[in-house]
Amino acid sequence: MTRTTGPALALDDLRVSFPSAQGPVSAVDGVSLELRPDEILGLVGESGCGKSTLANAAMGLLPESAEVSGAVRLGDRDLTILAERDLRRIRGDEIAMVFQDPSTSLDPVWTVGDQVAETIRAHRDVSRREAKARALKLMREVGIPSAEQRYGEPPHRMSGGMKQRIVIAAALANDPAVLIADEPTTALDVTIQAQILQLLDGLRQRRGTAVLLITHDLGVVAQVCDRVAVMYAGQLVEVATTEQIFSHPAHPYTEALLRAVPGTGEPGAELTVIPGQVPDLAAPPVGCRFAPRCPFATEECSIRPPLEGDEAHGAVACWHPRSRDREVTAR
Amino acid sequence: MSALLEVQGLVKRFPAGGPVWRRRYVHAVSDVDLSIGRGQTLGLVGESGSGKTTVGRCILGLYRPDEGLVRFDGRDVAGLRGSTLAEFRRRVQPVFQDPYGSLDPRWTVGRSVQESLEAHRIGSVQDRRDRVRELFATVGLDPALGDRHPRNLSGGQRQRVGIAAALASEPELIIADEPVSALDVSVQAQIINLLQRLGRDLGLAVLFISHDLGVVEHVSSEVAVMYLGRVVETGPTAAILRAPEHPYTRALVEAIPHPDPSRRFRHASLAGEIPSPVDPPSGCAFHPRCPIAQASCRIQVPELEPVGEDHLAACPVVARVTTRPTT
Repeated sequence: MTRTTGPALALDDLRVSFPSAQGPVSAVDGVSLELRPDEILGLVGESGCGKSTLANAAMGLLPESAEVSGAVRLGDRDLTILAERDLRRIRGDEIAMVFQDPSTSLDPVWTVGDQVAETIRAHRDVSRREAKARALKLMREVGIPSAEQRYGEPPHRMSGGMKQRIVIAAALANDPAVLIADEPTTALDVTIQAQILQLLDGLRQRRGTAVLLITHDLGVVAQVCDRVAVMYAGQLVEVATTEQIFSHPAHPYTEALLRAVPGTGEPGAELTVIPGQVPDLAAPPVGCRFAPRCPFATEECSIRPPLEGDEAHGAVACWHPRSRDREVTAR
Repeated sequence: MSALLEVQGLVKRFPAGGPVWRRRYVHAVSDVDLSIGRGQTLGLVGESGSGKTTVGRCILGLYRPDEGLVRFDGRDVAGLRGSTLAEFRRRVQPVFQDPYGSLDPRWTVGRSVQESLEAHRIGSVQDRRDRVRELFATVGLDPALGDRHPRNLSGGQRQRVGIAAALASEPELIIADEPVSALDVSVQAQIINLLQRLGRDLGLAVLFISHDLGVVEHVSSEVAVMYLGRVVETGPTAAILRAPEHPYTRALVEAIPHPDPSRRFRHASLAGEIPSPVDPPSGCAFHPRCPIAQASCRIQVPELEPVGEDHLAACPVVARVTTRPTT
């Protein structure tokens, strides 16, 4: 497999809309984002912000009805224009995905070991014996105790945490350059979540896999991500290092989201709430989609702010960014 | 002053198959004591299978305890019949994770709330309509939303309706089981603020059941931590989060993903999985995963013992270490 020095995965002005009775729903609206080799990039946002649509678009898993424009570049190929046959060759090999509920990713009537081995054989010309040996090695690597015994077990005999480890083993089977993990720990208990997050972090360090970690949980982001991209109503509002996002959030939405998390401020104190509601994406606000709920919005905000910034301070799509030390130079 | 709610030695088992002469049981709750004063909030924390939901359901009378007793305002709940039982149900109300399950999808949400007034025979027909509007206002909902069906409301709005329905009978105790777990962060913050304001303004006592220690830290000054059916530690939330005594609580606190990159997980997380409550480990149920377990932990079920001010932990190993200087 070839690894280039450029981004592992690049989204270029990606737009996705779905038809609905109220007209097209603009779920992802002009997102440009680069995932670098061996980083964990967190993609954060609340329900309906388009983060899972974005992941499915990157994997070529959107339904036929979806209207897609822009590009998803993996190496020098654009996945949005590849035929399904070619996509199938790439998925599970160069780019792999882990979903929230491991039960839905595993076949209930197959043994978990065979499912990992099958992923290898689907993409590599190896013998069954060789595939089994590699699958066992992967199962050990993701921390499955007594892997030999558990190889022959069906998924229902395993706990949620163990099943998620199997799914991760299958995803890593062909050493992909990119792993997209969509809420991989949301269905797990907090002590098990910690184990899985540490596992992902360790795998990234050992293998250099670039991970796009999609989550609604800012705690999860703070624990393992190198950089964070924040989405609101289909648009990317801020991209910066994890330290920057948490110490100097620049977008008013990012700032409000951080203040809404219990456990960050004084116990018992009133939590900050964001007034209003998420906009209807069939008729989204013109310009900045957060403007109707934003305390700092002005007339300017009816023009969509570009995502601008630099490496050190991160990028923000806002005409009135919050932290002064991150203020982008006005054009 | 006696507590509003007292739970003593609560035990609840569920049959889990096997032949009659060798029936297997899920030991959901084993020997749990809790107490909540008027207007007080107690957080009940635990992971899957800890029995926290079963405790809540036993208090509500949805499950009949196998052993132990639930005393509300000085009276044993198991002995309540007829009008005294109706009175108990008026005074203790549940709030669930997603009220989708408790709201009739065919009814407008206004009618659902009105139904809870009717069920408790509160007010005349006209009074009830006015009262529903008042309740909507109390929970911060536009009364006009009363004409909508549950599916036409957002998750946060539905949870407000669920709270309005719970408040209809003017209860003194709310059993809130994961009331914000299904909600987005910004909506979660609204509901937490609402519950806290109601607790203050209406003098409500709340049993706040949650898997999320961050949320519990925010809403309650007292907490009880459960593991496999037993309370392993209880006391002031601040003290327990700052210096957890029980090795399980310690692991749980360390596993909290703090929204602060300078507080990343430092230790290797707790190894292993939560054992099945069908066949829980002998002695201290935590011993197979415990880093400081001793031979005796496999035999003896540890009792809650004082380890600090109003602070109890069910671990003889840490209790010995902690109490040595003072004894």
